[in-house]
Amino acid sequence: MKKNILKINNLSITTKVNTNLYLVDSISFSVKEGKTTCIVGESGSGKSLTALSIIRLLSPQLKMSGEILFNNEDICKMSELEIRQKRGLDIAMIFQEPMTSLNPVLTIGYQIKEAITVHSDSPNNEINKKVEELLMLVGIPIERVNSYPDELSGGQRQRVMIAMAMSCNPNLLIADEPTTALDVTVQAQILKLLDDLKSKLNMSMLFITHDFGVVEDIADDVIVMFKGKIVERGVVNQVLKKPKHPYTKALLGCVPDALGKKQLTPIDYEKLDRAMQRI
Amino acid sequence: MKKLLQTNNLSKTYVQTQGFFSRVRTNIHALDSVSFSINQGTTMAVVGESGSGKSTLAKSLVRLVKLDKGSVKFNGIDLLSLEGEKLKSVRKDIQMIFQDPYASLNPRLNILQIMEEPLLIHNYLDIDARRKKIEDFIERVGLSVSDLKKYPHQFSGGQRQRIGIARALILEPKLVICDEPVSALDVSVQAQILKLLKDLQKEFGLTYLFITHDLRIVRHVADDVMVMRHGKLVEEGKTDIIFKNPKNQYTKDLIQSIPGLISKRN
Ligand SMILES: Nc1ncnc2c1ncn2[C@@H]1O[C@H](COP(=O)(O)OP(=O)(O)OP(=O)(O)O)[C@@H](O)[C@H]1O
Ligand SMILES: Nc1ncnc2c1ncn2[C@@H]1O[C@H](COP(=O)(O)OP(=O)(O)OP(=O)(O)O)[C@@H](O)[C@H]1O
Ligand SMILES: [Mg+2]
Ligand SMILES: [Mg+2]
Repeated sequence: MKKNILKINNLSITTKVNTNLYLVDSISFSVKEGKTTCIVGESGSGKSLTALSIIRLLSPQLKMSGEILFNNEDICKMSELEIRQKRGLDIAMIFQEPMTSLNPVLTIGYQIKEAITVHSDSPNNEINKKVEELLMLVGIPIERVNSYPDELSGGQRQRVMIAMAMSCNPNLLIADEPTTALDVTVQAQILKLLDDLKSKLNMSMLFITHDFGVVEDIADDVIVMFKGKIVERGVVNQVLKKPKHPYTKALLGCVPDALGKKQLTPIDYEKLDRAMQRI
Repeated sequence: MKKLLQTNNLSKTYVQTQGFFSRVRTNIHALDSVSFSINQGTTMAVVGESGSGKSTLAKSLVRLVKLDKGSVKFNGIDLLSLEGEKLKSVRKDIQMIFQDPYASLNPRLNILQIMEEPLLIHNYLDIDARRKKIEDFIERVGLSVSDLKKYPHQFSGGQRQRIGIARALILEPKLVICDEPVSALDVSVQAQILKLLKDLQKEFGLTYLFITHDLRIVRHVADDVMVMRHGKLVEEGKTDIIFKNPKNQYTKDLIQSIPGLISKRN
């Protein structure tokens, strides 16, 4: 058995105003060392909040409870300083909306450099070289180091975030829809890059995506979220090929096929409700 | 069929300084002589590599990017030279759904105010009618009336994207420029939004310029498709024909790498 790098026990999230309304409702799951767990699920089901709580960046309007064990240490009990040291060093995160986490008044080169210097005191020229290397890896021309975030395309911004996250060789990478703005060719390149890191550094990943093609490509384990709860979990083939929960079945039924022959139909929630009452 | 939009030689070059230390300037050809047209009531998909100029093209059509060269005819009117009241009336007919929903929603306004803004600018004065319209559209994108009093940061990424969609559609425009409108949505909501766009197209004869990197979606929604690379239009035509018989190498690569067509990477 592989050891768990991340183990979450009974994580719940509510707003401070209404502590009876669960945005995330007592979920438990783990990520094994060197493996990838994918979270899929409805829009608004609590995927991003779960990810943010792991690096303790939940909005101050929200309240969480439960246990988040990273290498057996409870993240919820760490001091602000301790968690800041973990962030970007042991745990890196790629955010769903790059513009919310990139600084608009600093060049991307500066921001990647900053991410590296947090944990390295190599001489300046070596760090510059590392920046260029990272940009190259994610396919952004080196001459763009002086660009500001709003001078980049959506997909380029996403790749800057990926470069920053990779800069510190994290043990755990949390990626929230990291490739939504990328065309398939660049996406394939980035997924390959992450896969290489995974095997080279024994990195583990928690990967949020709604793209089942991506799940099929990179996941070892899959969890499915619906209205703040985990409704299904298992190894990737089992969840994709033999889903048990009605929501997973319904969701998989909506995946567009590669040939464009199948009708696109949203989930029929009334039917789903009836199916869920039977279990 | 009537051409709703016709563009000619759209070009845009950005200038940047290069490298960490050098002051050398480099030109980025975001758009390089792009010409195309869209028939009324149809959907034109734009696909292409990240950074190939798709968003620049989209923004130039709503005049958020100033072109260096080229002309745009909308309904026979020269769009780029319009000013004042005339511009305002055409603006109502061309709406855009932005790629980055967070950046395009004013964080200080609640959703009701965000949805009301375009209606007020275009003189929808009756409060009850306005309210009814807003409620109708917010529900059509799968959100609820009780969400109207919330602020953008209280929503998930996909919910914010849907707010942007509702806001763009509420004025019942003639042309909607959709920049990756469903890329942050789960497959069920994706299907719901695509169906909404299709229904509106049938009902009001809407025309779409639809930027996406998901070729499976192109197949479902687009009559025609254009493929961009390095600011240039490298291939265009009827969707079926391009999929069956792609000519350009990049188009071939794109179709080759559709997820679900590739088996597990090694
Ligand atoms: N600051 C907040 N205050 C109140 N509610 C919030 C806040 N942030 C998020 N929510 C709500 O919590 C729920 C879960 O949000 P979350 O961002 O985790 O969804 P998600 O699964 O990531 O969805 P998506 O796929 O659309 O990104 C949503 O219904 C959202 O509206
Ligand atoms: N304000 C700007 N200043 C300098 N360069 C810019 C600016 N805006 C865009 N660019 C550059 O122009 C090119 C085209 O950008 P655009 O946003 O149109 O690409 P895109 O096709 O939409 O890509 P994506 O799929 O990644 O969103 C990119 O190389 C981008 O970095
Ligand atoms: Mg999210
Ligand atoms: Mg773009």
